[in-house]
Amino acid sequence: MQEGLDDGPDFLSEEDRGPRAVNVDLQTDATLQVDISDALSERDKVKFTVHTKSSLPNFKQNEFSVVRQHEEFIWLHDSFVENEEYAGYIIPPAPPRPDFDASREKLQKLGEGEGSMTKEEFTKMKQELEAEYLAIFKKTVAMHEVFLCRVAAHPVLRKDLNFHVFLEYGQDLSVRGKNKKEKLEDFFKNVVKSADGVLVAGVKDVDDFFEHEKTFLLEYHTRVKDASAKSDRMIRSHKNAADDINRIASTLYTLGTQDGTELCKYGLIPGHTGGGQREGRGGKIEARVAADEDLKLADLLKYYLRESQAAKDLLYRRSRALVDYENANKALDKARAKNRDVLQAETSQQICCNKFDKISESAKQELIDFKTRRVSAFRKNLVELAELELKHAKGNLQLLQSCLGVLKGNT
Amino acid sequence: CNKMIITIYTSHIYKSIKTCHMHFKILARTPLILPSLLLQTSLSVFRLQDFSVKRRFSDFLGLHSKLASKYLHIGCIVPPAPRRALWVRVKVGKEDQSSNEFVEKRRCALERYLMRTVKHPVLLKDPDLLQFLESPELARAVSTQALSGAGLMRMMNKAADAVNKMTIRMNESDTWFEEKQQHFENLDLQLRKLHGSIESLVCHRKELSLNTCQFARSAAMLGNSEDHTALSRALSQLAEVEEKMEALHNEQANQDFSLLSELVGDYVRLLSAIKAVFEHRVKTWQKWQDTQILLQKKREAEAKLQITNKPDKLQQAKDEIKELELKVSQGERDFEQISKTIRKEVTRFEKERVKDFKETIVKYLETLLHSQQQMIKYWEAFLPEAKAIS
Repeated sequence: MQEGLDDGPDFLSEEDRGPRAVNVDLQTDATLQVDISDALSERDKVKFTVHTKSSLPNFKQNEFSVVRQHEEFIWLHDSFVENEEYAGYIIPPAPPRPDFDASREKLQKLGEGEGSMTKEEFTKMKQELEAEYLAIFKKTVAMHEVFLCRVAAHPVLRKDLNFHVFLEYGQDLSVRGKNKKEKLEDFFKNVVKSADGVLVAGVKDVDDFFEHEKTFLLEYHTRVKDASAKSDRMIRSHKNAADDINRIASTLYTLGTQDGTELCKYGLIPGHTGGGQREGRGGKIEARVAADEDLKLADLLKYYLRESQAAKDLLYRRSRALVDYENANKALDKARAKNRDVLQAETSQQICCNKFDKISESAKQELIDFKTRRVSAFRKNLVELAELELKHAKGNLQLLQSCLGVLKGNT
Repeated sequence: CNKMIITIYTSHIYKSIKTCHMHFKILARTPLILPSLLLQTSLSVFRLQDFSVKRRFSDFLGLHSKLASKYLHIGCIVPPAPRRALWVRVKVGKEDQSSNEFVEKRRCALERYLMRTVKHPVLLKDPDLLQFLESPELARAVSTQALSGAGLMRMMNKAADAVNKMTIRMNESDTWFEEKQQHFENLDLQLRKLHGSIESLVCHRKELSLNTCQFARSAAMLGNSEDHTALSRALSQLAEVEEKMEALHNEQANQDFSLLSELVGDYVRLLSAIKAVFEHRVKTWQKWQDTQILLQKKREAEAKLQITNKPDKLQQAKDEIKELELKVSQGERDFEQISKTIRKEVTRFEKERVKDFKETIVKYLETLLHSQQQMIKYWEAFLPEAKAIS
């Protein structure tokens, strides 16, 4: 066996990815640190172990863990959304549901087709599918963790009582998923909201800052959505190509070993098996490139798709409050004109005014923070993307050079 | 040492508005002493000789047909000609991308075909091949239309052969042939699988190129709508890098095809020529056996005639036996000859195969190398832009 081909720099280790890729650049605060220390994947659900370290007096202990499922995260998120007090904040987007269906289906198909392929092929494919399953698993853990970290980092949301219950309460929160009726209600609520959103969006804002933000967010959201979809497609093609390269590698390897005795005469064993090996490693590198692109680019875009939606939601709530305020003003004028229920109208107007001002104030800060977060997250991920692409390209280059050296030297 | 080099150029000939024929100009360059038909004498001087003639695609098919009929049955592995694609028509007067690609593919395939043919030491001496390479005018090959009467006949003959093959069982006394047959069957399986994977790769890489292009445009739009100036610029740069990647992927897909896919495809077809040659050996053996059986029968008949008093019939029988005895020795000689030829051919084939694969793989790896170097250049240019986001 050629030495040069086997000992390469360690491009293929899993560990060098560092801690779970967190998209968002967050300040770690000693007073409240949350992370997901463990996760267990059972047949149709995932159990996350949420680990908290806190010096706050609200908690009974300084360090503790609970087990939570996806539905409980959604419950927490929804409770924020439905809370009027938080209308002026960008609610951190809910993590997507863990989706192992595609991966599970592939594993099942593999099991069914076991008889029709060689033992090596089967083991290899099984390893690949298991790696894919692991990657999806890691991603879903990261998404759930990011959500919790965002909440913990937010000056107001971190104090939320539901959040503390979520972190501390040892038992199951008994939050069942929504039944059909509730899902239907949600659906209608969304329809109403989007229709309303269109009406409300039409209202021109006096405040330049918000007017600009509104225009910006609407366009940005659409563009991010498109970019996210296109990046997914690009990465999927990349993964397909990597799979093909792996298949070619294994066939070349089989050819090389079968031909062994013949090629021995012409001294080309390193050439052929080298070819197979190189293709195999090349295939692994391609798969890594696709996986890294997925992590740095696709996930980034997906995350900001959800964040920009959350920002849009904030603006919607503010516009809604503005409309309410204007309506209250009109009602007050009418009441004054008729000289009836003036006090009631005045109080109502005052409430709407306060609400609107409160939302506007916090919304401004939230939107500025959003921009800062966004810019820094993009910077981090784009830099890492470029660095990883370079690393893999250089790895590939070295592999190719050594392989060509072996092949050419063996004339 | 045989070093004829074939280069093929294409040219279109417009006969009328409706008919456009594609001509291939063959440039054959050889340092070898060849018996030349034109000069009617062997060239006594070693000089670089260029032959340049124009041929149609059907001419190549005609050449192969002739060579196959002459040499396959004596055990020579005659390289198969490129297949005629039934559904592609080169558009008259149109210079569009897909017709150009088709013409280029065909040109390459013909070049490879002719090179393999002239590399064969036996075929190179064939007068039909020499005429093909040298003669300015060539009789049109008439029976090469894919769906012509002759074409159908060939297909039916092939089918009949397949049936025959199933019924002939040969007592193989030579393990070399058994081993080789098994070896080629395995090779065939693996090469077909490989071909499938490579075609899949070409397809996916083309898809990747397309999707990268779309992503690049989308990223550019995103950059436009981003209101932070440095990030906006970085996103536009990302879009540019991805556009360049699109071109790289496309180019690589082309190389995947023209180098790897075509090579493996050629060898899949070559293996079927080898299969045919092995089958001819079996047929030769069968013929010899049949003649022996007939001889045995005639001897038994003669023995019976000895008892009866029919001098004419007896003489006839004796004559027939003499004839058959000659035929049997001829049959045995034929069988030994074809076996010997096949051994030589197979050895030569294996050597060529290894060389061919190695050369092509080296070329292919070099294209991969080049594209990785380009990729490094692009991402290295992008990195400072990404870092400049503040």
